[in-house]
Amino acid sequence: MYLIISAILLPFAAAALIPLIHNRLGRLNIGWLALAIPLSLFAFFVYQIPAISAGETFTETLYWLPSIGIDMTVYLDGLGLIMALLITGVGSLVILYSIYYLSAADSLPHFYAYLMLFMGAMLGVVLSDNLMVLYVFWELTSISSFLLIAFWYHRKNSRAGAQKSLLITVFGGFAMLAGFLMLHTMTGTFSVRQIAVELTQYANHELFYPAMFLVLLGAFTKSAQFPFHIWLPDAMEAPTPVSAYLHSATMVKAGIYLVARFTPIFGGNSAWFWTVTLVGLVTLFWGAFNAIRQTDLKALLAYSTISQLGLIMSLLGLGSAAMQTGITAEAAAVYGLASFAALFHMVNHSTFKGALFMAVGIVDHQVGTRDIRRLGGLMAFLPFTFTIAIIGSASMAGLPFFNGFLSKEMFFTASLEALNMEMFGLGTWGWLVPVIAWAASVLTFVYCAIIVFRTFFGAHKPEKLDKIPVEPPFGMLLPPAILSFLIVAVFFFPNLLGDHLLRPALNGVLPGITGAAPHIKAWHGFNTELWMTVAIVVFGTILFISFRKWKGIYKLFPAGWTFNALYTNSLKGIERASSYLTNSYMTGHLPHYFAYIFSFFVIAAGGTLIWSGALNIDLANDSPLSVYEILLVVVMAMAAVAILFAKSRVSAILLNGVLGFSIAMFFVLFRAPDLALTQLVIETVTTVLFLVCFNYLPDWKKENSPKHVKVRNTIIAITGGLTITLIGLSVNSADLYETISGYFEDSYELAGGRNIVNAILGDFRALDTLLEGLVLFIAGIGVFSLIRLKVRKEPNDNEN
Amino acid sequence: METLIIILVGVLTAVAIYLVLSRNLIRVILGTAIFSHAVHLLILTMGGLKNGTVPLLGEDATIFVDALPQALILTAIVISFAVTAFVLVLAYRAYQELGTDDLEEMRGADDE
Amino acid sequence: MKINDVILKTVAKAVVLVILTFGLYLFFSGHHTPGGGFIGGLVLASGFVLLFLSYDVETVSEGIPISFKKMSALGVLISMTSALVPVFFGQPFLSQSFGYFDLPIFGKTELATVTIFEAGIALTVVGVVVNIILSISEGTK
Repeated sequence: MYLIISAILLPFAAAALIPLIHNRLGRLNIGWLALAIPLSLFAFFVYQIPAISAGETFTETLYWLPSIGIDMTVYLDGLGLIMALLITGVGSLVILYSIYYLSAADSLPHFYAYLMLFMGAMLGVVLSDNLMVLYVFWELTSISSFLLIAFWYHRKNSRAGAQKSLLITVFGGFAMLAGFLMLHTMTGTFSVRQIAVELTQYANHELFYPAMFLVLLGAFTKSAQFPFHIWLPDAMEAPTPVSAYLHSATMVKAGIYLVARFTPIFGGNSAWFWTVTLVGLVTLFWGAFNAIRQTDLKALLAYSTISQLGLIMSLLGLGSAAMQTGITAEAAAVYGLASFAALFHMVNHSTFKGALFMAVGIVDHQVGTRDIRRLGGLMAFLPFTFTIAIIGSASMAGLPFFNGFLSKEMFFTASLEALNMEMFGLGTWGWLVPVIAWAASVLTFVYCAIIVFRTFFGAHKPEKLDKIPVEPPFGMLLPPAILSFLIVAVFFFPNLLGDHLLRPALNGVLPGITGAAPHIKAWHGFNTELWMTVAIVVFGTILFISFRKWKGIYKLFPAGWTFNALYTNSLKGIERASSYLTNSYMTGHLPHYFAYIFSFFVIAAGGTLIWSGALNIDLANDSPLSVYEILLVVVMAMAAVAILFAKSRVSAILLNGVLGFSIAMFFVLFRAPDLALTQLVIETVTTVLFLVCFNYLPDWKKENSPKHVKVRNTIIAITGGLTITLIGLSVNSADLYETISGYFEDSYELAGGRNIVNAILGDFRALDTLLEGLVLFIAGIGVFSLIRLKVRKEPNDNEN
Repeated sequence: METLIIILVGVLTAVAIYLVLSRNLIRVILGTAIFSHAVHLLILTMGGLKNGTVPLLGEDATIFVDALPQALILTAIVISFAVTAFVLVLAYRAYQELGTDDLEEMRGADDE
Repeated sequence: MKINDVILKTVAKAVVLVILTFGLYLFFSGHHTPGGGFIGGLVLASGFVLLFLSYDVETVSEGIPISFKKMSALGVLISMTSALVPVFFGQPFLSQSFGYFDLPIFGKTELATVTIFEAGIALTVVGVVVNIILSISEGTK
């Protein structure tokens, strides 16, 4: 039973079918059919929870390329399950939301087909055990993301954003592929679980660190970590459901997933620990810092997503310390808390950010803008949306009674624990971790306040709005309402989630470390973490109120020195350099191209011949010469050279005829009667052809190229001829392989023919002959249609 | 014998390359025709010359010359005829439409 | 292209007949002696070309009402079909077979499927070569 593989393939099948059945549906929105896919998959994965939380795992293998170790092996464990639930669960809500969000004028079958494609690819990423299969699915998510960002492809910004995201994530994907291949070189397997078992003995291998950093590059680009985060804000050109689904809840979590999945492989290594933790912390801070100055609500959410992804990433980095060798079980459990918090926050982030994106989408949809300078006072018009937004923001800010509070507190606990770590030089620099974490959380509080207060409080500005806002239909409010409900529910019953999903998932991140998964408590006394939260609220409120006073700090960064400018400039530079290079040799001048080809041939073939020492001339095996043959050779050589100096076309053609007929004579001398006959007839027909054509061609003009061109051509011609001669002589002198022609000498028994050449043509190598007939036929059609073709003189306006 | 033929092939190739590099369309076509002559001779020579009888099993002989190169060349001859015919017609039609057989003048404008 | 040359026309009539016969002979003898589809086809084609050169196109087209374009297409069709037939008998694409039969007049005769294949090739060659020459001479008008 390939149930899990079928679960991955089902969305792909749906993606293929949706465009086909779309036209038959009449007025029914195709989204309702598409909704059935993630709902049924969600039910399927929910059904797996009891077994997985009891510690079981499932493996299915569909053999694909077993000889090189590439098989479709899927592995469902706690980590895969939690991701699969997010993908299908949020996917169901997003599709329900899309049904109301998109207008009928949009190309719905494209949208849902892309969404299904993404869903299948993302499920493939989180469930594949084989690295090559994982890579294929990984790139498929990039491609479907590209298609979805460019969904409104008539907008210039959409296309630019799609291109940017594709370039950056595919660049990372390539790096990751190289890393995977290095892992394969070291361990000889593509299976993640197998590598985790075997890689420990390769820690001193020279490919160990390159592989690690390349894999991280893939994860960082995908999860929009600093400095690769620049694609995510531009990806907000996508329709809002896509932003909610791909660019906050699932696809950007693929990098997080990859780091989590590779923690058993690289965890415990200090380079891994520092890279993941520091990149995560920098991203956390930078994302939050930049979110505040955004005026577009979606851009603000994009930067906040970057920041939150950095948070999860740094937690995974901290948690990887638990995998260090020689660590006590108690210490491992303490550090493992960070990984647990990472998984917890990943789930929480999907709920509150999903809800916020949908709320912003509703504002955009109902009001006509998402620019906070034009918004304000919407609380009275959109009360439900306001409720959703305030729940999402409060959770993101880490306030009590919402799930974000729990995971944020856990983050503080883990970062404070880092102070006590003796390993990896944390003793000296460890204090940075809680400080950055706290500072970023203050900034988070500020932008959460901006979302709520700038949009829903303050004065209503009807003069700046296109329409009067009203609440959207119930179906559009339902998905974010469900997410808001979850936000609150998780706060009150966190251990339902923790025991059944997070604990088995943690086992996938930190195998063999028991006791790391805590009993989650909302109230843990007046400890440092709680005072940190209180300080966040106080400082955050002060910063929010005094925002106008310190806004100038953003002007300190010169506009030309951003990563975006770097990206744009390097893209332009590459385009300019390649067009310069191409234009420099693609002259549109045929003799130039021929000169390149022959020079390359002389250098490559002749150079190889001399450089490899294959040059070898041995005249011992030559057959004897006769007078006729010498005479023929001399005639041919003279005729050939004479063509160069021919005064008229006719004499050139006749000299060419002399060559052809002499070759026919050679075929007679060299015992090839079939060839001699064919050559005679062909040469006759060719000469007739030339003469007929010459009726219509202009006179033979003297070659009037400049002298240096003639000299260059002569050099190329002579060296070319020399190369052919030397190669021919060397081949003739060496006897490397036994001839295969003996086989054909049984042609009477095998093909019933005594003429070996004809038996080869008609029987042994009949495919050659068949295709040759086809070539002849095509040439005939070509000649016929060329003659009939009349070039239209008027210029073609359709070009460009 | 083989050495002499291979040198002849070299001469033919040199002439063919020189013609192909020319600006004049007819010379280019002639060059390709001579090219195929050179290649046919080369292939035949690589199979060994005159080291057996005609490859017909009816003959009273036990050693035949290599038949495979002959079969290959037979195919090549016909195809080179087809290509030559096509290129010739292409040249003549190009001359009719563009009024020149000079490759320098046929070259497209720079802004294309 | 009106050519008024009595001697050429008279000689051509006789020679073309010889050439065509020779072409047919080459085609059928190809299995055991020099010849075969290509050579036979080429010789037949050169016979037709000579006819067109010595008479004019209109006269010959009236005398021999064959469409050489269709002939070449038919040739490709025949060789392709003969290549495909073995597939339906569980043999690889292009397999040829042969056998010996006792026929009333010829006595013991070898019949081989390769002849059909070669016939296709020969028809293609004749059709294409004649068609090329005809197209070029027609194109001038």
